[in-house]
Amino acid sequence: MNELLDPLLLSRWQFGLTTIYHFLFVPLTIGMATTVAIFQTAWVRTGKVHYLQMTQFFGKIFLINFAMGVVTGIVQEFQFGMNWSDYSRFVGDVFGAPLALEGLLAFFFEATFIGLWIFGWDKLSPKIHLLTIWAAAIGSILSAYFIIAANAFMQNPVGFQINEERGRAELTSIVDVLTNKVALAAFPHTIFACFMVSAGLVITVAAYHLSRNQHLDTMKPALKFGLWTMLIAGALTTLAGDQLSLAMVQTQPMKMAAAEAMYHTSTGADASFSIFTLGTPDGVHELFSIRIPYLLSFLSTHTFNGTVEGINDLQAQYVQLYGPGDYTPIIWVTYWSFRWMIGLGIFHILVALTGLWLTRKGRMPEQKWVWKIAIWSFPASLAAMIVGWVFTEMGRQPWLVFGLLKTADGVSPNITGLDVLISLIAFTAVYGTLAVVEFKLIKKAAQKGPDDAPAVDEESGIHQPVTTVY
Amino acid sequence: MDLGILWFWIVAFFFVGYFVLDGFDFGVGMSLPFLGKDDTDRRVIINTIGPVWDLNETWVIVAGAALFAAFPEWYATLFSGFYLPLLLILLALIIRGVSFEYRHQRPEASWKKRFDTMIIVGSAIPALLWGVAFANIVQGVPLDADHNYIGGFFALLNPYALLGGLTTLLLFFTHGVIFVSLKTDGELRERARKLAARSGIATILVAATFLAWTVLAHPEKSGVVIGAAAAAVLLILAYVANALGKEGRAFALMAATIAAAVLTLFVALFPAVMPASNDPANSLTIANASSTQYTLEVMSWVAVIALPLILLYQGWTYWVFRKRVSRSHIETAAH
Ligand code: HDD
Ligand code: HEM
Ligand code: HEM
Repeated sequence: MNELLDPLLLSRWQFGLTTIYHFLFVPLTIGMATTVAIFQTAWVRTGKVHYLQMTQFFGKIFLINFAMGVVTGIVQEFQFGMNWSDYSRFVGDVFGAPLALEGLLAFFFEATFIGLWIFGWDKLSPKIHLLTIWAAAIGSILSAYFIIAANAFMQNPVGFQINEERGRAELTSIVDVLTNKVALAAFPHTIFACFMVSAGLVITVAAYHLSRNQHLDTMKPALKFGLWTMLIAGALTTLAGDQLSLAMVQTQPMKMAAAEAMYHTSTGADASFSIFTLGTPDGVHELFSIRIPYLLSFLSTHTFNGTVEGINDLQAQYVQLYGPGDYTPIIWVTYWSFRWMIGLGIFHILVALTGLWLTRKGRMPEQKWVWKIAIWSFPASLAAMIVGWVFTEMGRQPWLVFGLLKTADGVSPNITGLDVLISLIAFTAVYGTLAVVEFKLIKKAAQKGPDDAPAVDEESGIHQPVTTVY
Repeated sequence: MDLGILWFWIVAFFFVGYFVLDGFDFGVGMSLPFLGKDDTDRRVIINTIGPVWDLNETWVIVAGAALFAAFPEWYATLFSGFYLPLLLILLALIIRGVSFEYRHQRPEASWKKRFDTMIIVGSAIPALLWGVAFANIVQGVPLDADHNYIGGFFALLNPYALLGGLTTLLLFFTHGVIFVSLKTDGELRERARKLAARSGIATILVAATFLAWTVLAHPEKSGVVIGAAAAAVLLILAYVANALGKEGRAFALMAATIAAAVLTLFVALFPAVMPASNDPANSLTIANASSTQYTLEVMSWVAVIALPLILLYQGWTYWVFRKRVSRSHIETAAH
């Protein structure tokens, strides 16, 4: 019983669950804000009514999703203090700054302009109204940058010094924190992945309607847009992921070793990348595997005869450096989450290529299975995103701030297991219920399809402005 | 200049902004059962804050982040110490926020009623608990030598704190009802004005008691007397303006009342940020809670550049949506 009421374990579960939940909505917010802005730009520039319909249709889905991103984000902001107060005391001087920058420069901007966009259709001129959705999109991308810079400090602490007397990390260079090499690589990787997720949504919705032969005038261009975005964003995500691998090997070699479940240091052909392995769950004994020689060496060092350090050597090294303890993350989690992220990503690049081929010159595939696969685009790309973060965060364990503070030392000393159990149950219940409602609403809005074209004003010949109210 | 002191007042400014702005959102939400006779009325009421509730709520996020960056110890002690009340506030803000967006997604009356209830409860809980939290901070709570709160949940529910909670609840309620009268027309506008006149009396009585208690608890600080007196006078003037049907003025005076009341609490606190009630040596003060001079310098530059812009574009938003919301507007609009 006492073990169940461990505030550390419960806080970790709570942080993991609430953050993953927040991040179910954020990628769609980031990706869809830009997507909708592009559709609306097309409408303002060409005046073609199907672009207006696409703007409003995908805009509606975007908004149902947006509210969830906002309300779950507030929890994130407060949780550091609630559950991780010793962590907050230790890093606040450094880590608080990017969070405050995010609030001042990004959240206000985004929240204000999203309100103007939703309710401003009949109050602003079309050009100014178009600017408001672009402003919201830029705000959402900015907010991602600052939060990733904060997270990068936990992966690779820079720009600080330790004040022994106060027992905390103190900021010495905000520029170093904001240009952390992990942040510079993780930011493009995450943003392009967000565009894969929004492209996934567009493809899923378009495939649903096209396979039923309905809403062709809006859903054909939507499909094309989604496939191209998926292809381009997928390629860019892969390139950025390659850079991120390099940064990771330099800053957290243990994470790469854990990603590969590689216990012994290997060089060249031995530093192979396994696509699939069967073995004991801790990865110590391998029964069967499919391997690509040299690939891990290339991923880690960009050379074919590089050396990749293994878990056992790193563990021994860390004991020397940081004192006795277990410095290995949970291997099966890191191994499989890394593979699923990359596997689903590559799969989507193939889906996009196949889709573009099958729909070349306005063709529409007849085969049912094509549409069935296309409809999985959204959930699958979102899953890639989530397992990527699970890999990043679980692979950092046992550290909360790499090399400086262990997760066990960051938890609030004065909260009880019961406190956290109550909050964990409450969040799970509320989040779970809202997930069901949210899913049904998005599904309903998506299945209904775009509204008919808005009426044309007889005198001016312009489409009448739309008014939105709650 | 001591940037710690500057940031104490910047944090105060963010909380003033939050309570003035989200304060009327809470009031508007709580007014639904009193003012919303039919669905159209309720939609009119919700739409008075439709375009702005999100940006108003963002003020608390920025206040929290500013606290984290400028006073990590304060942030850590406050949020871990007040764990369960904060949990309630968070859950309330979640269900309230999604309800605005979900309520109009389906036409059934039962669907709408469920989200109406969530808006009402989700507005009342934070309106009450923020007052409880702030009154506790000002009164002082037991802290150990590492500045960890050691009082437990029920110690937070003491008479002064509960009175503080009732004060914010009533202030925000009246503030929101006056906002409804300012932003609607016809019969609803008139009903809101009358309701504000009735709730105004209770607000004056409770707020005056709370402010008097605060003054008596800080006899050595003249700033507290001045602030409390200013808040009381502004509140009475707001009441009069509402009675005379001058909605714009009544709303501005209510905003000033809330600002004065919040500032009074910060004056009472200064230069501590979380006084320890068990042993003054354990108190968190500006000096031992703040970040380094360098971090505060960076933050100050950002604030100097960002704040004017923020006020500018938020002001512009309020100007764009300055028109009253009417029943006919709701009935003809798409949803
Ligand atoms: C659609 C989503 C998606 C796809 C297809 C990929 N990734 Fe990824 N990856 C993410 C989404 C993601 C992410 C957004 O979830 C993470 C978590 C943290 C981050 O910065 O991005 C991530 C993290 C992440 C990390 C961990 C960084 C760290 O812990 O410091 C590495 C090394 C890679 N990725 C590498 C790759 C490679 C080599 C890929 C392709 C071949 C790839 N990712 C495809
Ligand atoms: C949005 C994508 C993210 C996801 C899905 C995610 C997921 C997780 C998960 C699963 C854990 C639990 C790890 C464990 O305890 O074993 C965790 C922990 C944590 N993460 Fe993240 N995370 C994300 C982004 C961030 C960011 C941006 C920050 C900081 C700015 C952050 C800070 C933390 C902290 C403080 C913990 C708690 C301590 C710990 O358990 O390690 N996370 N996260
Ligand atoms: C654990 C760390 C995180 C914290 C503390 C956090 C904080 C927040 C907060 C407070 C909001 C609400 C903002 C509002 O009211 O407008 C929010 C929403 C959002 N967050 Fe997070 N978040 C975290 C993880 C992430 C990550 C990893 C990303 C991006 C990669 C991200 C990007 C966004 C975006 C784009 C929104 C959309 C809504 C908006 O900005 O209004 N967040 N987050």
